[in-house]
Amino acid sequence: MADSILRVSDIHKSFGALKASDGITLDLRQGEIHALIGPNGAGKSTLIKQIAGGLRPDSGSVTFLDQDVTRHSVAERARLGLARTFQISALAMDLTVLENAVLGAIGQRGSVFSFFRPAMKNAGLLSQARAALAQVGLEEDEATITAELSHGQRRQLEVAVALTLAPKAFLMDEPMAGMGAEGSKALTRFLQELKHQAPILLVEHDMDAIFACADRISVLVYGKIIATGSVDDIRANPDVRTAYLGEEDAA
Amino acid sequence: MIREGTLNIVILCLLVAVPAYAYVMNEPFTITLATRAVIFALAGVGLNLALGQGGLVSFGHAAYFGMGGYAMGILASHAQNYDPIFDGAFLIEGTNSMPVIWVVAVVSSALLALLIGALSLRTSGVYFIMVTLAFGQMFYYFAISWPAYGGEDGLSIYVRNQFPGLNTLDPIQFFGICFAILCLVLLFVDRLNKSPFGLALNGAHQNEERARTVGINVYKLRLVAFVISGAITGLAGALFADLNRFVSPTMFSWAISGEIMIFIILGGVARLFGPVVGAAVYILLEHFLGGLSDYWFIYLGAILLGMVLFAKGGIIGKLAKKETHHGG
Ligand SMILES: Nc1ncnc2c1ncn2[C@@H]1O[C@H](COP(=O)(O)OP(=O)(O)OP(=O)(O)O)[C@@H](O)[C@H]1O
Ligand SMILES: [Mg+2]
Repeated sequence: MADSILRVSDIHKSFGALKASDGITLDLRQGEIHALIGPNGAGKSTLIKQIAGGLRPDSGSVTFLDQDVTRHSVAERARLGLARTFQISALAMDLTVLENAVLGAIGQRGSVFSFFRPAMKNAGLLSQARAALAQVGLEEDEATITAELSHGQRRQLEVAVALTLAPKAFLMDEPMAGMGAEGSKALTRFLQELKHQAPILLVEHDMDAIFACADRISVLVYGKIIATGSVDDIRANPDVRTAYLGEEDAA
Repeated sequence: MIREGTLNIVILCLLVAVPAYAYVMNEPFTITLATRAVIFALAGVGLNLALGQGGLVSFGHAAYFGMGGYAMGILASHAQNYDPIFDGAFLIEGTNSMPVIWVVAVVSSALLALLIGALSLRTSGVYFIMVTLAFGQMFYYFAISWPAYGGEDGLSIYVRNQFPGLNTLDPIQFFGICFAILCLVLLFVDRLNKSPFGLALNGAHQNEERARTVGINVYKLRLVAFVISGAITGLAGALFADLNRFVSPTMFSWAISGEIMIFIILGGVARLFGPVVGAAVYILLEHFLGGLSDYWFIYLGAILLGMVLFAKGGIIGKLAKKETHHGG
């Protein structure tokens, strides 16, 4: 499919007897938010890790921008524009907000091996980092040490660092976790704009947020995708109701 | 609390004032002590790049210190015996020119660090510490069992190596050489730490996963840091051999690796001047406590333990707040 940016084909991954990915196929298309939902332990993070490159699938392939990246490292995929945010914030905590964003710009520009010009005086790196911070609304906090940020601000910074990578696709693992109703609403609106810049594969537990912003939804249960479709399709799907949404109601 | 930059200048002034005073009072031994401190500081600055900025706990930096030492020993011993190192299709002769010896020391310890780093950086944590320690010990035993260069007894060099325009036998002039090199290397490392390379190295230390996900090849990044780190410590080894006019397998021993690490812990991990303060304090303690008791190492141990428990940033950390360099 021409407008498919990212494609996962028949991915299998087992941890011992546990099939965390059991023949998963899905794609991410230009301009969409594709939500991946499923109960705890369904294998969502495991799938994201395999797409990002941190975990090698037992079999199957990952194609990004019409290129087979199954054997590419995390860093190589990132340099192609595959940007990831983590379920648990992964930031350099002793660095400032701006330094974290500059780190992203350094990686994206491949300027890791420039040894003499101070990074924090490099106009190119700084403007790239500041543009990303401004986009998520963190420009006022650029001098703050990351460890001193609130939980919500850290999630924003995660997204900002992803934005410095000139992303062609986003992988977001529970960006709304622990954000509160207000923050999560604001982020939902933000993602709806962001998807026009690059499509988003979104793992999220917050069903209100998903129903509000997803263009397509895939439901993952025990390592298998049991349904993919629009919000209305998924709401109406009886398998999904029993396997997943039903469980939520019962809980 | 004072600014770290101000503190650093005070430290440099003290480091010059002590031998200057000793020169006026005609106490060459004190000048030699100060020279030792400067050379140890340089070795520590090398390790601090890997350990402090990069988080790579190498317990085998004696390998590069020894390599630098033996670069001096081998070149100078061939020169004093008028015996070429290699006489075949082409001729390699020994030399007693300090600049040439330093270049050879830097290049050979960099190559050694490339080899050891390439293998040991595939591991991490305790394994990394053990692997680097094992490599260091390997060279220690190699030096002991290599009779051509003195084996266990080491190598004495009877002629002082030369530096154009200076009398290297004069303690204060040799101190000047070492001090100038230390200052140049500190300047270099400061730039390095602030460069994109330094920020990436620090970022990967704090969060390896993060560095990877922004497209940084962490292995390559660390390997380059490790090579630069080993080269600096190797240069210190050559100067140490110049100072003593003697090299022996002890330069390769794990005790040296430990001492270099102690300078950093005493002075302040990841602080530019941490190893400088640490080495100076170490030399002072060795001199004064060593005069009081043969068991001064026990006191040193207690001081170190206190440092690790109560003053995590070392002496520099106690005196100065960490500077962040944001904003352009
Ligand atoms: N490295 C690993 N070794 C062994 N088992 C693992 C490993 N990583 C994940 N698992 C298991 O694989 C299953 C899927 O885990 P995963 O983290 O992908 O779930 P998830 O859908 O992201 O869940 P959550 O909603 O709680 O984040 C779980 O049973 C988990 O315990
Ligand atoms: Mg998960």
